[in-house]
Formats: sequence, C-alpha cells, structure tokens
Amino acid sequence: MSPADIREVILEILEDIAPDEDLTTLKDDIAFREQLELDSMDFLDIVMELRKRHRVQIPEEEYGELASMESTVKYLTPKMADI
Amino acid sequence: MIADAKQPELPDEQRIVITGIGLTAPNGNSYSDFREALLAGKSGVQDYEIRYFGKTFAGVCDFDERKHQTRKDRRRGTRAASAGIYCANETIIDSGIDWPNMDRSRVGIYVGVTEHGNVETENEVYEIKGFDYDTQYWSHHHNPRTVANNPAGEIALNMGIIGPHYTIGAACAAGNAGMIQGAQMLRLNECDVAIAGGVSESIHTFGIFAGFNSQGALARDGDPESASRPFDLNRQGIVVAEGGCLYTLERFSDAKKRNAKIYGELVGYAMNTDATDFVLPNPERQSACIHLALKKAGLVAEQIDIVSTHATGTTSGDLQECSGLRSVFGKSQKTYINNTKSFIGHSMGAAGAIELAGNLNSFTDGVCHATINVNELDPDCHLPGLVINEPREVGDVKYILNNSFGMLGINSVVIIGKI
Repeated sequence: MSPADIREVILEILEDIAPDEDLTTLKDDIAFREQLELDSMDFLDIVMELRKRHRVQIPEEEYGELASMESTVKYLTPKMADI
Repeated sequence: MIADAKQPELPDEQRIVITGIGLTAPNGNSYSDFREALLAGKSGVQDYEIRYFGKTFAGVCDFDERKHQTRKDRRRGTRAASAGIYCANETIIDSGIDWPNMDRSRVGIYVGVTEHGNVETENEVYEIKGFDYDTQYWSHHHNPRTVANNPAGEIALNMGIIGPHYTIGAACAAGNAGMIQGAQMLRLNECDVAIAGGVSESIHTFGIFAGFNSQGALARDGDPESASRPFDLNRQGIVVAEGGCLYTLERFSDAKKRNAKIYGELVGYAMNTDATDFVLPNPERQSACIHLALKKAGLVAEQIDIVSTHATGTTSGDLQECSGLRSVFGKSQKTYINNTKSFIGHSMGAAGAIELAGNLNSFTDGVCHATINVNELDPDCHLPGLVINEPREVGDVKYILNNSFGMLGINSVVIIGKI
C-alpha cells in the first residue's frame, strides 16, 4: 500500500469509530485528540481494526505512533508496504 | 358491599408517586401511542430472523436511537442501554423536572433486566469465528458492554447522573423489581428522583429463542400478529420482544411541591419466591405474593379494579397464574383482568414496567384494555373479569395490580392507586 492508500484506510476506520465527526477538515500534522473526540478505547479500536482488516500487528509500546494522521501513515508505511 | 381494609397512613415523604413515563414498546414509543395501540388492538409482533436460529416472530421496537444518543455512543454501547437511554430521557422530559438545575447526585437509576450480556457475547464469539477463534480479535468493548450494570451505567453517562446506578437482575419480574427498588431508595432518602423500571434487548440473542424452543415454549407458527395468545386454547408459547419502560418516581411531598403531574401512587408491592422449580411457576406462591402486596397496601381483593397479568402464552404459565388469580379474585365482582403480551409478546426485563404503563390511563379514561388473540378461551383460564379481544368501559378505576413473574420462582406484584 502507498502512503495515500494507508491514509484512506485510516480514514475509513475513523469514519466507523467516530461517526459523528467531520473528517473532511482533518489536519494530518495535528494530533487526532486535538481535533476529534477520541479516547483510549477509540485508539484501541484503531489498533483492532488494523489487525482485523489488514492483519497488521501493533505492539502496545508503539501505540504512541498513532498520535496523528501524519505519524500514523509514516509508522504504517513499512508495515503495510507488501499488502 | 366491599369490606375495605385499613389503608396505611403514611406521611407524604414516604408516599411514592409516578411523575413521568418514558417507554418504547413494539407497538408504540410513547405512553400515549402505546395506550392508543392497546385500545385499537394493534399488535407489535412481526416476522423476525436471527442467525443460527432462523425465522421466528418477535416484538421489535423502532424508537429513534439518535434522539438522545450520538452514533459513536450507540456503536460503543448496547441495545439494552440504548432503549434505556431513550426511556430515561423521555421520562425526565415527561416529568417536567427542571433537569438543567437538578442535583444529579440525588438521582438514582434502577433498571430491571432479565439477562444482560448474552447479545454482546454471542456477537464476539461470532466475530472471532472469522479469525479461527483467535482471542486477540476479541473486542476491548466486551467487558463494559457486558457488565451487569451496563444499561443503567450508560444512562448515567448519557445524562450526567452521579447518584447510585445499577441493574436489578430479576428474570421476567425485573420491571416491577426496578420500580420497587426505586421506591425503597426514595423512602430511605438515598435519592430524590428515581429513574426506575426495566429494559430488554433479548431479541438480539439467538440463545433466548433457541432456549425457549428447546423447552417447547416458543411460538413459531401462523401469523405474527396472532402468535402471542395467552389464555387461548390454541396458544403456542412465548413471542420474545424487546423494549423498555422507565418511570420517574418521586416522594409525594416533592411532587406536590413542584405541582407535578401524577400518574398514580405506588400503594403496595411485594416480592417473594417459589423455591420449587427452575421454570415451572407455583400458583400458591404467586397468590401469596398478591396477598402480601394487598396487605401492604391495606387493600382487599375486591378493591382492585384491574389486574394486569403476567401470562406469556405457555400452557403451564397461563393455567398456574389463572389458578392463583382465581384463589384471590374469584369472588370479586368488579375486578377486570387483561394481558399485554398478547399485543407485543414478552418483553422480558421490561415486561412488568411496560405492561403497567399500558394500563395507567385507565385512571383517566375508565377503560380496561383487552387481551387479544383469544379465539377459543381455554376453559381453565376462565376468569369472570377477563376482558377478551375488545376493550371494556369499566367506570371509575382506583387501583391497578400488576403481576410479573420469572424463572427460578421469582414473583413480583405492584399496586398503583389513583391520586
């Protein structure tokens, strides 16, 4: 997957777990939590959905990499390169 | 001539009244719509299909989940809680309480449930089946969804209520049990407002249908609208329903102070146990429960105008309840008897609360709604006051008695008086 494809994957997941949010104005370089009402259970949802939909495993100590769209895409690009 | 028993003289601070009603039933999403449907003979049972079990019937609710809940919270939570959130918000709106200025630490939530967690557990097992039962795909939402207090806790989160909240697990007596718990907590001054009643999401678990079916107690044949037929000779068992009904309960003194609309007073209640069988009811213990509630209310059987029965449409349950009712009300000339499950099926943990709500307007309109779908009355269910198929004008209604019984021999009765 290209970084652009990964961004779409994350957007699809966010649409499901935060259906009341307007994601069209999401800024990639700003933390999700500063723009969206996301709590720790929502971040676990992101981890779970990546695992379920794409078999991507994210170790707990690396959850912090999912802070913003930019950091998430950067972190996932090598992990999802062959998908 | 009716020999009145002595009415207990309680101070207004110990008298508990109903000042709000929020409900969702398979044939109505408000107190007035539900009553209208019952008087019109409108069923809420429909064709239904659920995984593994297949085609069956169910009482399905169509309340607006989004009216009081965000999509995100609905996704995260449970159907039982969603019904509870709808009912809790509606009952508080109906009560006219100044909610923005209400001290939320003085509000208690007491929600009766028959069961909770089956739906969510079945969903997760089904989900991880697609991952070869690898438990790393098991949702982190499972525990907060399945803790027994979930429906009450989600209401608290939704409405910012910080007083006591919990569910009361009381099988199909739970709707009454929730009300009773709320009344007790008001009398103990543990809260000033009790949101109390019951909810059910049971139609979303295949296990309920499969369990009743294996027990030979599930209605599956014919038309959905005539499938639930308590007291009919050709009854075929239970139709499972979902729903919710939560009352706003307050002390009479508080309700008077704010000039609240009052639907009725909880003048008596009782709960007892059979201790005789896992599933079969015990008419002696049921009638003992009714006698105990009458005694607490200071009433005699002849003073009860309407009895809302628990009957579910199983042969054993119907006959045993009728036997119990005959022993208590057999000589009463003016007690009318009806059944709500014939319209909506068995809404399990919500049943007691919903079925009472369908009768409360009799205080105002003097009409007793019917039990429908009785084409051929089972002779063993013949009771003099049974109102069959058409509502009946019964005149002034002062007292309504509501039966609600459940598995493991749990019995509950509440008596509401007109104010």
